[in-house]
Amino acid sequence: MQNQNEGTQMSSRPVIQLRGVSKSFGAVAALTDVDLEVSAGEVLALVGDNGAGKSTLVKTLAGVHAPDSGSIEFLGEEVTIPGPNAALNLGIATVFQDLALCDNLDVVSNLFLGSEIRGSRLNEVEMEVRSWELLRQLSAKIPSVRIPIASLSGGQRQTVAIARSLLRDPKLIILDEPTAALGVEQTAEVLNLVERLRENGLAVIMISHNMSDVRAVADRVSVLRLGRNNGTFTVADVSQEDIVAAITGATDNAASRRVAAVSTKAASATTPPAGTSSTTDEQE
Amino acid sequence: MNEPSATTIARELEDQTVREQQDLRGLLTGTWGRIRSGDLGALPVLAGLLIIAVIFQSLNSNFLSPANLVNLLLQSAAVGVIALGIVCVLLVGQIDLSVGSVSGLAAACFATLFVKQGWPLVFAVVGAVAVGAAIGWVYGQVFNRFGVPSFVITLGGLLGFLGLQLFVLGPSGTINLPYDSWLVQFGQLDFVPAWLSYVLVVAASGGYFVSQWLLARERRRRRLIAKSVQVMTVQAVVLLVALLFAVWYLNQSRGVGWMFVFFVALVLVMNYALTRTSWGRHVFAVGGSVEAARRAGINVRRIYTSVFVICSTLAAVGGLLAAGRIAAASQSSGTGDVNLNAIAAAVIGGTSLFGGRGSAFSALLGILVIQSISSGLILLNLSSSLRFMVTGAVLVLAVMVDSLSRRSRTEHGRG
Repeated sequence: MQNQNEGTQMSSRPVIQLRGVSKSFGAVAALTDVDLEVSAGEVLALVGDNGAGKSTLVKTLAGVHAPDSGSIEFLGEEVTIPGPNAALNLGIATVFQDLALCDNLDVVSNLFLGSEIRGSRLNEVEMEVRSWELLRQLSAKIPSVRIPIASLSGGQRQTVAIARSLLRDPKLIILDEPTAALGVEQTAEVLNLVERLRENGLAVIMISHNMSDVRAVADRVSVLRLGRNNGTFTVADVSQEDIVAAITGATDNAASRRVAAVSTKAASATTPPAGTSSTTDEQE
Repeated sequence: MNEPSATTIARELEDQTVREQQDLRGLLTGTWGRIRSGDLGALPVLAGLLIIAVIFQSLNSNFLSPANLVNLLLQSAAVGVIALGIVCVLLVGQIDLSVGSVSGLAAACFATLFVKQGWPLVFAVVGAVAVGAAIGWVYGQVFNRFGVPSFVITLGGLLGFLGLQLFVLGPSGTINLPYDSWLVQFGQLDFVPAWLSYVLVVAASGGYFVSQWLLARERRRRRLIAKSVQVMTVQAVVLLVALLFAVWYLNQSRGVGWMFVFFVALVLVMNYALTRTSWGRHVFAVGGSVEAARRAGINVRRIYTSVFVICSTLAAVGGLLAAGRIAAASQSSGTGDVNLNAIAAAVIGGTSLFGGRGSAFSALLGILVIQSISSGLILLNLSSSLRFMVTGAVLVLAVMVDSLSRRSRTEHGRG
């Protein structure tokens, strides 16, 4: 695929780079001075508690909200994203949590919905062939592309939604809670899929609440807390406690005590939780 | 042409999970599996038609006579065309309750323009149909801009356009159409010559076979599973024999009316538009999930407007056919059971009231059921009171079948 070639050649510079992005809704500051960058072939996990601003940040990138201030650079050029179509045209694809699939249509119709291949009439054969190619490329297991979406499992639906976002050859793909409400095996399928996106040279931003999923596929973790950056970690050299501490923003609270207690019990952790959360307030 | 050899694996079979076979046995087992999971298709309607035919034929031996069937088909064309518009509106999950009034208004406008104003027939027809289209456009605008439920808008239209119809007709209340005018001829006297009807039937089945064969060839060329020649031959032959028998039987009497042929042609055109164009795909998408359709970049408002315009336009066309059939436009044109018969026909034919599921053929099948019941009860000399009650019961029964099969589909994961 062409994604791969482009991916390797630009892995040096970030696909998208946010600097000092702020957004308020009336008196509520949803985002304050947020920085973020993702490179090609990299999976960035975006984590944070409820109300931390993850969704607002994603909607800013997807063109749903315009930021109040700050700059967005895409492939090294400063851009504005006034609307959803502008985001798509730039090469930013977003898979929202509710997937937005039509249950009554089959897989092919859903994949090409709104961008059907047609001459004087719909070219079903061409669309079906391209559907198989796309799904094969993702090594996705779909029983048939001619069955309605309603008969697919949650993981398969997520796969279809992700495959659809790939149709327009995006450079950056944003996944909003891709593993929420999925079973163990389906979660594994989706995580495999995320790894395949990375192998294909895409930049991936994945929102997740599930720390084990984050640690399984992400290269870096960016923590948002109360609309601000609260640390960015490389997954390889950070512990789960560090991330949780950054999310909750405090060293001494129920969540971090619990994580600490669990790890002490496992008799592997010797570091007290207070020492691990030095990143918590260094941004201030 | 490099036809791939039999050893080439179809794309679908690279996965081990595909089970459906494409030969005749596979077709039968696949169909049986779909029926068991609640994907009934046209089956309940066909079963219903059979039951109706058996019951009425045993009560009155004239029911299945060629003369009665010829009449039945002619009668069904006008409301059938209106039902075709209803199918479109139901597919996006909306409803139009005013089709009866719009058809009556179109008939009144046509009669006034043609008889009173002396316009040429073609202009009068175009004018009346344009009135229908304009009404649909207004519905679309009110629906899109103000978010008024289509149920309410069209309920207002039901009353409002009935009033306008009475106003247009003026104090006399009835305008008779001259018997020698083309529209009346079309509605009452124009039948397809016997030889032409056989030619049309052969052309239809031949066309079906060729289109299937071309599609299968293209699919095989692209390494997709394709229907076998055996299956499509059997289907085309069954279609040919059934149509030949039907036409031969009708030709024992007056034959097939051009008006019915016109209705069937509209059904075929609508079926093409719904299944082979991106407009049709978008109609189904909006009916399935408005939000998903909007996010896919579909102009949802335009789809709604187009559907309302098509429904009102077809209602106007149906009104003209009905006027031609009785050679008059009167205060009772489009009133009474026209509205509910049209909606009932679409639903009985298998178009879901819940949106996103149905086909153009449901207008054809549904109106045949409604018209058969009506014709049978008239043959039995039963009053219209009973006719209303029976039609009402059949409508409720059809919606029950729809709801039950929907539940079963959900349980079997067929959406």
